[in-house]
Amino acid sequence: MSGFIVQQPGLLSLLLDRGRYGAHNLGLTTGGPLDFVAFDWANRLLGNDANATCLEVGFGGLSLDAEIDSSFVITGAEAPCKLNGDAIPQWQTLDIQAGDRLEIGFATKGTRAYLAVRGGFDIAPSFGSTATVVREKIGGLHGDKLQAGDRLPCSGGRIGDKRRLAVADRPDYGEFARLRVVPGYQQAVFGPTQQWRFFNSDYRLTERCDRMGFRLEGETVHSNMVGMLSEGICHGAVQIPADGQPIVLMNDRQTIGGYPKIGSVIPLDTSRLAQLSPGSSVRFEAISIEQAHNIHCLEQARFQRCSLQAC
Amino acid sequence: MKIEIAGQNAFIVYFADQTSAAISARIQAAVANILATMGDSIIDLVPSYASLLVIFDLDRSDHFAIRKQLGAALTDLDNIDSSAGELVTLPVYYGVESGPDLEGIAERAGLSIEQVIEIHQQQEYRVYAIGFAPGFAYLGEVDERIAAPRLATPRQKVPRGAVAIADRQTAVYPAVSPGGWNLIGLCPTRMFDPDRTPSMPVKVGDRIRFEGISRDEFLAQGGEL
Repeated sequence: MSGFIVQQPGLLSLLLDRGRYGAHNLGLTTGGPLDFVAFDWANRLLGNDANATCLEVGFGGLSLDAEIDSSFVITGAEAPCKLNGDAIPQWQTLDIQAGDRLEIGFATKGTRAYLAVRGGFDIAPSFGSTATVVREKIGGLHGDKLQAGDRLPCSGGRIGDKRRLAVADRPDYGEFARLRVVPGYQQAVFGPTQQWRFFNSDYRLTERCDRMGFRLEGETVHSNMVGMLSEGICHGAVQIPADGQPIVLMNDRQTIGGYPKIGSVIPLDTSRLAQLSPGSSVRFEAISIEQAHNIHCLEQARFQRCSLQAC
Repeated sequence: MKIEIAGQNAFIVYFADQTSAAISARIQAAVANILATMGDSIIDLVPSYASLLVIFDLDRSDHFAIRKQLGAALTDLDNIDSSAGELVTLPVYYGVESGPDLEGIAERAGLSIEQVIEIHQQQEYRVYAIGFAPGFAYLGEVDERIAAPRLATPRQKVPRGAVAIADRQTAVYPAVSPGGWNLIGLCPTRMFDPDRTPSMPVKVGDRIRFEGISRDEFLAQGGEL
């Protein structure tokens, strides 16, 4: 099947759908887009299935040659994007023709851009998902990030009505984010002072932030946990090992582990965290499960009802 | 038993402070009940030593409904036989060639290498959890005499099929990976093969026995040195 040929793969470009669910019993992690929000908008703008396979372009540096005609859209991190050398906008559906070259340069704001094509990329799922998890060598074309020369198969096709997401409706990728946490897990082993410190200090992103977890640094937080059995880890869980520095566990996390966790960041905010670079800061905010529930429902309604601009 | 929030769409159920075959059986019973009564709203279940992580679909249900259903699904867990679970035998080529840490374990324990190998095979293990990497099954519990702490410096590269011990746990490495466990042999059985169904020869709750095989048998069964 024809599609797009990778000229330059970029730093960390991954084919993925919304993630691999129902395979934790084999030790397989979730994978999927670090920024669900930008991923979902990309598919919505093209009228794709919500789980259609897109390309997550980590940090940029991607260059593709089209073999087919297709509509496409680029959402997520701000990056200089070009079609045959001419600058093109993001968050807007555009057309590409066979023989055209599409480039996504290095991100200038945010870290992950999403490229969706009409109908999605045509990738055979493994364990129910196309999500590439490099650590597990599963998903995508060959269980790895894109390589030069890869062919990304898709059937393409154009959509008639070109649409864009209004600037006011786009996420802001500024260098500070608040991360709302539903307290849980071993929350009780963190004393009141420790919890106060955790929820009232700014933490900085270290260089050690990847698809498994984002390591933060700031005020140390200690628990009185003495040894614990390994247990299941959900997406967004905030693990605090003996050094007192929190790690937010992301899409490619190991599914079980034995460090105390104070709760979990809601997915809306891990999406925001994923777009931050080392040196940026975050602050954790405790919310109730009721609040988390409201936020989820409101956000869903906003996504579904938000009208797209014709262009 | 305690049910705690794990996240916006997840609960974690703690069954006990310690693990045992009986606890593992209760967790297996809970998994079966949950799948039978609330399967449609469940995305993933992660059983571990003494806990069960329950991840549900926020598009099909909500925290409050799931909490209620969980309460009901977590009753009647006692009428399960703790000797249940399929018995799986895994062949192992034990030896200094395939198990570079055998000598260290023997020395620490004041046993001969042959005794360490013998003791490892005597136990029937239970799959307590699967995680760390695809197909990595945590088996317990290793006889105290041959329990060995993790290496101070993990190896960069542990071969696929390596049979290893860390404290009172044992496992077979499903793929080449870094690792800090003590290596005592090699198993020719693939612990994870994405192209095969089922992709793993074991699941949580199964009972495992190791059976010594010769170098020739190991090679004949597809093992690589």
